[in-house]
Amino acid sequence: MIHVRGLARRFHTRRSTVDAVTGVDLDVAAGEVVGFLGPNGAGKTTTLRMLTTLLEPSAGSAEVAGHDLLREPALVRRRIGYVAQGGGCSPHGRVREELVLQARLHRLDRDRARRRVDELMDRFALTDLADRPTASLSGGQRRRVDLAVGLVHDPAVLFLDEPTVALDPRSRAHVWDHVRSLNAEHGTTIFLTTHYLDEADALCDRVLVIDHGRIVAAGSPSELKRQVSGDVVEVGSARPSAVAEIAGRLPGARDVTTTATGVRFHVPRGDTALPELLPALVLAGVSITSVQVHRPTLDDVFLAMTGRPLHDDTQEAPVAA
Amino acid sequence: MPRDTLLVFRHTIGPVLRSPATILISMVQTILYLVLFGPLLEDLVRVPGAANSWQVFAPGILVQLALFTGAFAGFALLPDLRAGVVERMRVTPVSRTALLLGRVLRDVVVTMAQAVLLLLAATALGMRAPLVGVVLGLLLAAVLAGALSAASYTMALALPNEYQFAPVVQSVTLPLMLLSGVLLPIAFGPDWLRAVSKVNPLTYAVDAERALFVGDYGATDVLTGVTVVLVVFGLTVLWGTRSYRRQNA
Repeated sequence: MIHVRGLARRFHTRRSTVDAVTGVDLDVAAGEVVGFLGPNGAGKTTTLRMLTTLLEPSAGSAEVAGHDLLREPALVRRRIGYVAQGGGCSPHGRVREELVLQARLHRLDRDRARRRVDELMDRFALTDLADRPTASLSGGQRRRVDLAVGLVHDPAVLFLDEPTVALDPRSRAHVWDHVRSLNAEHGTTIFLTTHYLDEADALCDRVLVIDHGRIVAAGSPSELKRQVSGDVVEVGSARPSAVAEIAGRLPGARDVTTTATGVRFHVPRGDTALPELLPALVLAGVSITSVQVHRPTLDDVFLAMTGRPLHDDTQEAPVAA
Repeated sequence: MPRDTLLVFRHTIGPVLRSPATILISMVQTILYLVLFGPLLEDLVRVPGAANSWQVFAPGILVQLALFTGAFAGFALLPDLRAGVVERMRVTPVSRTALLLGRVLRDVVVTMAQAVLLLLAATALGMRAPLVGVVLGLLLAAVLAGALSAASYTMALALPNEYQFAPVVQSVTLPLMLLSGVLLPIAFGPDWLRAVSKVNPLTYAVDAERALFVGDYGATDVLTGVTVVLVVFGLTVLWGTRSYRRQNA
């Protein structure tokens, strides 16, 4: 659904040039939910703006929703939806009005536009807000309008730029639900950017980690996490050395450390290691008091890939306008 | 494209229809010129062919109205740019020209409404002019406002902040106004001022309006003025469409 090769964008300012995106390759299959994860200034929004025909790439090629981005931008626009970080509601517009306008801009005739808008207002719980000025809505309500605006023409691909930034936890969960059901029930391909790890983890089939304008890692959230350090297993026991000896024989076990009350070690997958470990301990007559498996977070992935934490604001690249 | 233009037009005219008072508020300056400056000319200006000074002053002030409404139109684009409305519309199949023309059409319509009010006020103050001339003058002013608003939107795209946009608009409109003889015929001035005014397209618009308001429809001033305004309109729309398009892949 999306095929990108060598996509790059350089910005010229008066005094310097900034390479916001420096050669991105990526492929997204139909029906996938793919997340672009990276800190502010990593090049997420710039890439998204190129893929949505808003910004001309300095180099590279891309096919989006079956059409060449550079040669057929008008055809790409027909088949994609785009929800910008700040939304796109007119400051003086009303909910229904904005939706109908967007449907009409997408070439729906008056009747089809009205039916489609009623359907979307129902799905996004906007019916009661139909005649409210968008400026008077809460953050969560406005976000639902933004999503509906992006979906009026039932696009094959939906691009979401930081879909839950600045939302309260409840609205955030609602947006996640909508994204999931959109993908599950309508098969819409979704490409989103986020700098929240839990969001990438919760929504995405696949995550692309971007830093300084290039992709530094790719895979499903669990693959990426495994790639980093495996899981950490902690076993509480009165006989730590005996536990450590048995744990050390597990395939892939490493960094086994003992404390006064237990043992801590790394294995590639904690969930499959435990069924081997526990019978072995029983067989050896070693009693244990507790078992815990810690799965690494995408935070750990980012740290491992880039050498710095995701929310390290001191190293931000300049945000391109 | 006409369909897209109408869609964008209906969207941008919405706030005006909801509070029509904004039409009056944005022309207060022009009304003040008409009421507080116009009467000063009653005994001062005598132009051959004109019954009284209003026939000379009103067409000038009509051009001033088109200038202000048109040139300041870009301010309406700035909040929309900030809110992402323009980008949101650019990710639809809508024609790029329509994105501009829909807004320009709004300003043309608003200028027409304002011009009618202005001319009614001028009539109340003593202006007498042939109806055909007034209607033709109104149409010319509307096209002129469209040309200026297209230019204003293009500037707003390039300078999307009030603090950058405002000084540029101010410093362009004032000389354009003073050098066109809007307030007093430029023929009153010295040679150098008349020479400078010849490069100002508004001068030709003002001359054409004045000829129309005294019923001199066949005058070369009319032909020249209409041609200049149409050419400027074509150029600014072309310029504007190009810059709407250039920001795209």
